Amino acid sequence: MSAPLIEMRGVTKSFGAVKANEAVELIVAPGEILGLLGENGAGKTTLMNILFGAYAPDAGEILIQGQPARITSSADALAAGIGMVHQHFHLAPRLTVLENLLIGIPGRSGRIDRAGGLARLAEISRQYGLTLDPDLPVSALSVGEQQRLEIVKALFRGAKLLILDEPTAVLAPSEVDGLFSALRSMAAQGLGIIFISHKLNEVRALTHRCTVLRHGRVAGRVDDPANTTSAAMAELMCGHEIVPPARGPSTPGAEVLKLDGISTSKHSGTALRDVSLVVRAGEILGIAGVSGNGQRALAEVISGVRAPNAGRMAIAGHDVARFSPREVQALGLGRIPEDRMTTGLVTNLPLADSMVLPRIGTAAFSAKGLLKPDAIRAFAEEQIKAYDIRCPGPMVRAGALSGGNLQKALLARELAFDPKVLIVSQPTRGLDIGAARFIHEKFLAMRAKGCGIIVIGEDLEELLVLCDRIAVMYEGRIAGTLASADATVARLGLLMTGAEGHG
Amino acid sequence: MFRLEARSSTPAWFNLALPLLAIVATLVLCSGLIALAGAGVLESYGVMFTASLGDSYAITETLVRAAPMIFTGLAVAVAFRAKFWNIGAEGQLLAGAVASCFVGAIPMPGPLAMLLMALAGAAAGAAVALVPATLRVRFKVDDVVSSLLLNSVIYYALMALIEGPWKDSFSGYPISPPIEDSANFPVLIEGTRLHLGVVVALVAAPLIWFLIVRTTLGFRIRVTGENPEAARYGGIHVERVLLSTALLSGALAGLAGVGEVGGVHFQVMSDISPGYGYSGIVVAMLARLNPLGVVPAAIFLAAVMTGAEAMSRATGVPAFLSDVIQGTALLAMLVALLFTAYRIRRVGAVS
Repeated sequence: MSAPLIEMRGVTKSFGAVKANEAVELIVAPGEILGLLGENGAGKTTLMNILFGAYAPDAGEILIQGQPARITSSADALAAGIGMVHQHFHLAPRLTVLENLLIGIPGRSGRIDRAGGLARLAEISRQYGLTLDPDLPVSALSVGEQQRLEIVKALFRGAKLLILDEPTAVLAPSEVDGLFSALRSMAAQGLGIIFISHKLNEVRALTHRCTVLRHGRVAGRVDDPANTTSAAMAELMCGHEIVPPARGPSTPGAEVLKLDGISTSKHSGTALRDVSLVVRAGEILGIAGVSGNGQRALAEVISGVRAPNAGRMAIAGHDVARFSPREVQALGLGRIPEDRMTTGLVTNLPLADSMVLPRIGTAAFSAKGLLKPDAIRAFAEEQIKAYDIRCPGPMVRAGALSGGNLQKALLARELAFDPKVLIVSQPTRGLDIGAARFIHEKFLAMRAKGCGIIVIGEDLEELLVLCDRIAVMYEGRIAGTLASADATVARLGLLMTGAEGHG
Repeated sequence: MFRLEARSSTPAWFNLALPLLAIVATLVLCSGLIALAGAGVLESYGVMFTASLGDSYAITETLVRAAPMIFTGLAVAVAFRAKFWNIGAEGQLLAGAVASCFVGAIPMPGPLAMLLMALAGAAAGAAVALVPATLRVRFKVDDVVSSLLLNSVIYYALMALIEGPWKDSFSGYPISPPIEDSANFPVLIEGTRLHLGVVVALVAAPLIWFLIVRTTLGFRIRVTGENPEAARYGGIHVERVLLSTALLSGALAGLAGVGEVGGVHFQVMSDISPGYGYSGIVVAMLARLNPLGVVPAAIFLAAVMTGAEAMSRATGVPAFLSDVIQGTALLAMLVALLFTAYRIRRVGAVS
């Protein structure tokens, strides 16, 4: 057997008192797709950052094709044949595909080697089935195409090992299939791939072997992922058994949210076109669809940050008149945003501030323009305890918390005031199984208490588990609504691509 | 080899240590210039220290100089908290000076005159600050540029005033008529220039601190500055917060001008402010935008200014060193701020 492409031996890295990685061993052979699993905070990102040269390990060594290597920068990593595709792309949007590929690659006598670049791109496209129009600007590419460009970029620089950090989080189901076939073809031609994902069904479908991290250590290895159950892998990751939540029978009550013929202008992204939907008390409505089909506009209208051009919206029977966040909140709307960091929390301020942000003007937290610091602190402390938010305390910088804990904090802040209707976008994106499970349980508990919930999501499996009904958005319209008993991934997928169909 | 690595948290003692470190670095860097000018470094700094903080009279002089910079420092700190980039404290100070001088020249009982001077000066400063804020909120005009350029507009308007309608017909000097004697701010210690305005400045700092930390307006200012999108989704009227911040910031800068007219010069002339508005930016940054930190930061810069003049007389080092120290202090602080987010790590040592 040839030397492994890459071998990490006894890699240890501490941040202060926290051991992010401890004696981690990891091997990738040529032609192998390795799944790297672990809950958030298990040390996956730190390990990959060490491999990519962003951090220096405290102990341990990295061997590349059997030779000890020192990687102290991303340039070293690239030179050693390691390419990384981050969750957030690093592309210059105004430049073309080819120009992005040629960034940092010196041509002869200071000139850009366009012909050479084109030839190389054509070769990579042919070899792995990754086609891209070289002259399109990146801003004109879909998310899936941008990801393809990131992969091509790594191959362009001669990567023999490709690290992909949750690559499917941003893709539609059909795009996932395309990605997987490209990755399989790369592996078949001798490249090594490290695939990081929380979605165990994908890991089982794609990878040849898995390494599972827990608390910075290797918790176990899976040699035959295709024939290992998701439950067994989840147990390795969490250290205990995970039981999927059971959704009891639904008893929908009064209409808590009603949209009637809502249309918006094309301000940013896809506009809504004549969207009507109803959410009843005690029911969960899912909104499925490939991202960019109007979900964002829908969330903005319901959250009150964007007024529609036409149509009416009512919350708990009251017409929304001015479409301001304060108004919809006063009518009983709670909101868990898609992007925790940008529209939910204030990362540079204490966690407590973020937890009271939407209600700072209410009597609970202020009087006559003066804050009630004790009440704010007490509220935050109470929620930290109730939701088991792992943090040093309410005064810690919100940005220091992990994604799962931030999501819990946002959930706590909205649920503490018993919303009549809750709008949620991508509730478990980037969260590990344990945290996702917790969030799902809370939604189901709210449903049982008579809260109406609308979940905008791209993960169809999640929507099928959680929702009573699922509406599919396509190009700003509701393409169809299915009762989740009748819905399957295949039927939803068909609606998501714009095929006609009515449930 | 060294490299920067992101920090996961910032130790609390950094807030105090960083400004001190920046000041030490500044003095070390500037000692080279003193040596170049042919003077003894320690001797020169010694003269600076005794002349600014060496005896009680020197201290009162330093405080008198610090007062306007406390106000402009507070003005900048409040604005920067909301990420309203008010570089226009200089112009707002001048507007406050002109307005208070206008009011102070009207005969009326002293206490009433002082109160009205303060109100007029604050209102004038606020009005000036409202211009870049409105331009930003309405038309997305960059507030750094508009507030900075407005300084020149105000300065030349003031010049036109003292070269024209206000010109002293008796002497022909471009200075405004003096304010009424009764409107002169009372001196607190006989034989010094320590006036009432200095105390007001010292009291203003904790008041502004309270406003930022303990009021809903302060909360909204902080949240808007750190993350306007989250603020908007949280039901905060971001535009309104920016305008309120501008009014508050401008009013504080205007009060700096009021103190100079009522307590120091008793009239308006072209050099009424030696750049106190710009120094306010240095003060606010040294204070890390904490209103309480503004007081020691302003006193430090004031000591440098008063000390530099004495040093120049005693050792022949040009008094411009004071400007160099200010500029270097700002740069040193900006570099120091890097270390709140990053740490330096040695790499390459094989372990």
